[in-house]
Amino acid sequence: MYSEKVMDHFNNPRNVGELHNPSGVGTVGNAKCGDIMRMYFDIDEKGVIRDVKFKTFGCGAAVATSSMATELVKGKTVQEALAVTNQAVMEALDGLPPVKVHCSLLAEEAIHAALWDYAQKNNLVIEGLKKPVEDISEIEEEEEY
Amino acid sequence: MDTLIYLDNAATTKVKGEVLEAMLPYFTENYGNPSAIYTFAGQGKKAVDLARKQAAELIGAKPEEIYFTAGGSESDNWALKAAAEAYKEKGKHIITSKIEHHAILHTCGYLEKQGFEITYLNVDSQGKVSLEELREAIRPDTILISVMMANNEIGTLQDVAEIGKIAREAGVLFHTDAVQACGHIPVDVEEMNVDMLSASGHKFYGPKGVGVLYIKKGVKIRSFIHGGAQERNRRAGTLNVPGIVGFGKAAELAGESMVRDMEKVTALREHLIQRVLSEIPYSRLNGHKTDRLPGNASFCFRFIEGESMLILLDQLGVCASSGSACTSGALDPSHVLLALGLPHEIAHGSLRLTLSEDTKMEEIDFVVDELKKIIGRLRDMSPLYEDFVKKAGRPNFCDRLEEYYVQ
Repeated sequence: MYSEKVMDHFNNPRNVGELHNPSGVGTVGNAKCGDIMRMYFDIDEKGVIRDVKFKTFGCGAAVATSSMATELVKGKTVQEALAVTNQAVMEALDGLPPVKVHCSLLAEEAIHAALWDYAQKNNLVIEGLKKPVEDISEIEEEEEY
Repeated sequence: MDTLIYLDNAATTKVKGEVLEAMLPYFTENYGNPSAIYTFAGQGKKAVDLARKQAAELIGAKPEEIYFTAGGSESDNWALKAAAEAYKEKGKHIITSKIEHHAILHTCGYLEKQGFEITYLNVDSQGKVSLEELREAIRPDTILISVMMANNEIGTLQDVAEIGKIAREAGVLFHTDAVQACGHIPVDVEEMNVDMLSASGHKFYGPKGVGVLYIKKGVKIRSFIHGGAQERNRRAGTLNVPGIVGFGKAAELAGESMVRDMEKVTALREHLIQRVLSEIPYSRLNGHKTDRLPGNASFCFRFIEGESMLILLDQLGVCASSGSACTSGALDPSHVLLALGLPHEIAHGSLRLTLSEDTKMEEIDFVVDELKKIIGRLRDMSPLYEDFVKKAGRPNFCDRLEEYYVQ
């Protein structure tokens, strides 16, 4: 069902974890649909993404697309990162099954969300960046646990 | 992957050696069409008669009340569509439950389009239909009640005998989808007041592609597959003799060893449930604690998603299933888990392990040991878990990231 690259990124996800005091952090997705991605960016004064980490709740493709997306933006400028599309993520993974294409869209959204947060914190306007849709439903506390 | 640990017996089971042996002669030796008149076809006819008797005995029916079909889905379709057709003059109201198999639910959806009205009964948090709600749902124009005997995802057993009694008293036809129950727990259509029952061979160590619809004598439902005069004019099509023989043999074997198997498999299941719930934090058992199929253990693990779990288990040679949306290609997780009242994000983290009589204690222990690591690993990368830990200020019990990832 998945390509070798997807399986590799699922089994050995790159840049998984979190950053303390990140320049920007973005969370996208929806627990209702079963996918949530969070990206942390450390961006230097020249606007280069020095470090990136991610956390993902979701299927194999969700993990692999977030992992690949972090690789594609690491070391890039903000503008270059903004140009990373879901198509680029998919191609880098040698494709995704049709039902999993939305995972790559989520990865693109996550990059935008982290950049948006960075822009907000620094009062910057990043050309071409729109406010991302953050669609996270709150987890309800369950008494049964 | 050296060994296979098969814990998806609710999906299908391995055909027993004795069953296969019983079937084989009907492929290449006694391959005659049992409807034919010549002596050569006689062996096949005899074998089908025996299988019908074996199937009848398993569920407390008479052989002439057994109709062989191509499987559980056909049986369900036949029962519902033909009953609706036969009784539509009396009324167009059908009662079922929210946690039925899609073979029932989608057939009900089809019937709704044909002008029938369907009431979908709720279930409680353990998956049981409320008898009170059922009583209240019955109307003068109710023609059929269809409630499954045992649920395929969560294993909950319904109080079928009670439901049958209510249906009988109300003069309403009662069908039960017993695909998961047959061959695993005692079934008696007389005692349970069942008018129609669906069963499937491959769920209890028989072959795929053969099922049964039990139709109580006197129930006036017609043919579903039109054609030849097979199955007392009610189900056309050349008899699947090897399949039917396999069904019969599997039914016979299941009847013989049922008490023993139930005890053994239940003990293994309890060991599994006990270990998971006590060793994996934020896990829950889905379904009824005691009224459940011997081999069914269904869990939800919070903060993680089912498909990821299945892939990691698969890499260890473990076959399991999940009700997560990702495994079905749908957006929503399993309708059964949602009907229990579970929020989406918890239903997404479901895992179903279904045991067979061949399952070994070592296999269970191996799976639990590995599951602990897998769940720890997935929680470590889950933003939901991160938020939970930060909010609750709990120590990260899965703080072993390096152990699982080579960067």
